[in-house]
Amino acid sequence: MTDILMPALSPTMEEGTLAKWLVKKGDTVAAGDVIAEIETDKATMEVEAVDEGVVEEILVEAGTEGVKVNAPIARLSGGTETKAPEPKPAEKAEPEAPAKAEARSDAPAKAEPAAPKSAPTRTKDGEHIFASPLARRIAEQKGLDLSAITGSGPHGRIIERDVKDAKPGAKPATTAAAAPAERRGETRPVQSLQQMGIPEGSYELIPLDGMRKTVARRMTDSFRDVPHFPLTIDLEIDRLLEARGRINKMLEKDGVKVSVNDIILKACAVALKRVPEANASYSPEGIALHHHADIAMAVAVEGGLITPIIRKCETKGLAQIAQETNDLAERARTRKLKPEEFQGGTFSVSNLGMFGIKSFASIINEPQGAILSVGAGTKQPVVRGDQLSIATVMSVTMTCDHRVVDGATGARWLEAFKALIEEPLAMMV
Amino acid sequence: MDFDVIIVGAGPGGYVAAIRASQLGLKTAIVEREALGGVCLNWGCIPTKALLKSGEVFEQLHNLADYGLAADKPRFDFAKVVERSRKVAGQLNSGVGFLMRKHKIEVIEGTARLEKGTPAPKVVISQKRGGERTLQAKHVILATGARARTLPQIGLEPDGDRVWSYREAMVPKAAPKSLIVIGSGAIGIEFASFYRALGAEVMVVEALSRILPVEDEEVSTAARKAFERRGLKFRIGATVKKLTKSKTGVAVEIETGGKTETLEAERAIVAVGIVGNVEDLGLEALGVKIEKTHVITDAHGATAVPGLYAIGDVAGPPWLAHKASHEGVHCVEHLAGQPAKNLNAPIPGCTYANPQIASVGLTEAAAKAAGRMVKVGRFAFRANGKAIASGETEGFVKTLFDAETGALVGAHMIGAEVTEMIQGYALAMTLEATEAELHATVFPHPTMSEAMHESALDAYGLVLHA
Repeated sequence: MTDILMPALSPTMEEGTLAKWLVKKGDTVAAGDVIAEIETDKATMEVEAVDEGVVEEILVEAGTEGVKVNAPIARLSGGTETKAPEPKPAEKAEPEAPAKAEARSDAPAKAEPAAPKSAPTRTKDGEHIFASPLARRIAEQKGLDLSAITGSGPHGRIIERDVKDAKPGAKPATTAAAAPAERRGETRPVQSLQQMGIPEGSYELIPLDGMRKTVARRMTDSFRDVPHFPLTIDLEIDRLLEARGRINKMLEKDGVKVSVNDIILKACAVALKRVPEANASYSPEGIALHHHADIAMAVAVEGGLITPIIRKCETKGLAQIAQETNDLAERARTRKLKPEEFQGGTFSVSNLGMFGIKSFASIINEPQGAILSVGAGTKQPVVRGDQLSIATVMSVTMTCDHRVVDGATGARWLEAFKALIEEPLAMMV
Repeated sequence: MDFDVIIVGAGPGGYVAAIRASQLGLKTAIVEREALGGVCLNWGCIPTKALLKSGEVFEQLHNLADYGLAADKPRFDFAKVVERSRKVAGQLNSGVGFLMRKHKIEVIEGTARLEKGTPAPKVVISQKRGGERTLQAKHVILATGARARTLPQIGLEPDGDRVWSYREAMVPKAAPKSLIVIGSGAIGIEFASFYRALGAEVMVVEALSRILPVEDEEVSTAARKAFERRGLKFRIGATVKKLTKSKTGVAVEIETGGKTETLEAERAIVAVGIVGNVEDLGLEALGVKIEKTHVITDAHGATAVPGLYAIGDVAGPPWLAHKASHEGVHCVEHLAGQPAKNLNAPIPGCTYANPQIASVGLTEAAAKAAGRMVKVGRFAFRANGKAIASGETEGFVKTLFDAETGALVGAHMIGAEVTEMIQGYALAMTLEATEAELHATVFPHPTMSEAMHESALDAYGLVLHA
């Protein structure tokens, strides 16, 4: 008999949600079979069986939140040992800094007795949350999001008692309203809906899942903390549409279909290489100019959105980009992306053209320096010389982080981008 | 309404509470029947430190050869040793008077008792200068402190001559040649250490199984060895049956594991605990709950009687001046409507013997009894460069970390100047540091405090110099 244990998807993970079982009691599984899906705030991971056997019992039901790492989740007959299934090797995305310098030394590291887990002295996304070291560690061990917790210590500092009895995903303590507002203004005092005049019972409450909380936190932080401004330009895309038709005819035999969006991604990447100042991230140490254009594309998924990345997009052909975007979008929708497939990226593209949206300005996806919002292409009257004629026009808006991308830089990038979109052949040059 | 706050008792709990109340703009009075500063400043913490310093310096004079120095026939003038101690107390006493004036706190000399009143009990003071004064305040804080416990039925009662409490032990006319100290808590051990330093034959009698019973067991054991090296003698697990006085001194009959023995000496010091000063205050009539001579309060010092609070020794152990001050500040801030700052502040404890003993947080036994898994670190001063250079290699630093969270849960030290070092750990605990922060902190070299670093490293198998 073998107990299947809750796997750790990352070195820091302490618990997660058992999203789905892919086997049931009585099923026979072989080593390597995907038996379950585990969800963290960022991704869904597959759990593979490491042993063969018959599923004797499912110990943790699908949909259970807060399952502790190494807790038994199912029992297999056959085998004799207790093993934690190996998570898929994707989980190195967030390597923890070695706790001690000697761990990095070349000398053979002697086994240290019960080395401490490295304390989470930094916070995700680099945001600063005032919390005691002990509170940070307990939060990490329990998988609590410190940004959702109101501190009761001096100046709103989060201390042990604020996290000791908190549960992951629990609402902030009721002391929130009484907490000093001076806490760096980072969480404004949240009033309940009732306080704001919406009676209880007049709505359905959907609990915040990991993705919703991540979206809420990252977007709030970005919109508040990044000095952003939009630049909008109109593009004529008739030549692009024409080129796309010819390209797709060529690729027909390969079963590949290039979308307008794929061409936009490619054009973004090439434009970023031509105006490298726009391919930048702000950091307190300086401005990072990225070597490659890793283009993140926003994909709407049930319950939120996720931004998978086309790495080194400037080096890839349209066929390859098309294949990758299809694959990434599909896996994003089924929450099968690996962390490194959606973490990072140097520039984002969000396209709402298919919904008929004319133009919009997205919120910057930190630490990227800019995001491009793509509207619908529609036939419009345009003036050429003194003649009125018809063209397919598409509006795009570039939201820039003013700390790294100034107005003129953004304008130069849009100029380069416009040239590529309006004459796709230019991408060949 | 005469005052916002009246505080009864001007010890380190009461006078600090008064200053904080004044800072918060409250009209404040303080009643004291004896001397500003209370026992701490006049008959406790401070004057004993003056005595102990004399003893320590004198003891060093006998070890001068270790340092390549010499002095002929070291001797002391006991009257001057005591005089210095009294001067120190006097200086600080007038310092408290200055602080009261500076903060415009009305000092009322006299003895207070409480009567029913609203919103707080009335304070009736029979004044030293004569006459009674009845005052009504919004809040009354009891800070009447505590005194030495006596057991007259077996003769453990100070007579001011041959049997002393801490009070008489501080101002005798001459140093005794032989002394029996009953009780091995901080008070007993400090006097034992002082009189031994001046050459007395000292026997310490302890009823429990080890000396300094509130300290970590390893520290207790090390302390006993260190004191025995200095010539102190101990009877452990010994029950005092009877103390009798003779013309020349005292005889103490003790029973140790069924065997009786009679100890004799010139003088005896009774240091068998503390009782709260709860009498003659009218507390019973008000319905104040009292248990084992201490007033029962909530976490903010509030008693069951509206408007009445109690802080410091009278509100229960640990009987420490800094605990009283902390409670006083907390209580005043609470009644002024301010949020609590640190209800669970770890309270360090210090014993100023030679060697010194200091601790904060849980002992290893207490941690285990509370079901906490702990990692234990130790580092001996004999491996510390500064300690070797100073010729003070006795003792060690022991640290306890929660095995799960890495929280520092306790620290226990014995050695030279450890009472000056313990606040490093107290700060760490207050800031909720884990082992990671203590490991990452830079400790200056060469200092004895490096042993604090090493002990924290040792708990995780990372000790550098051992």
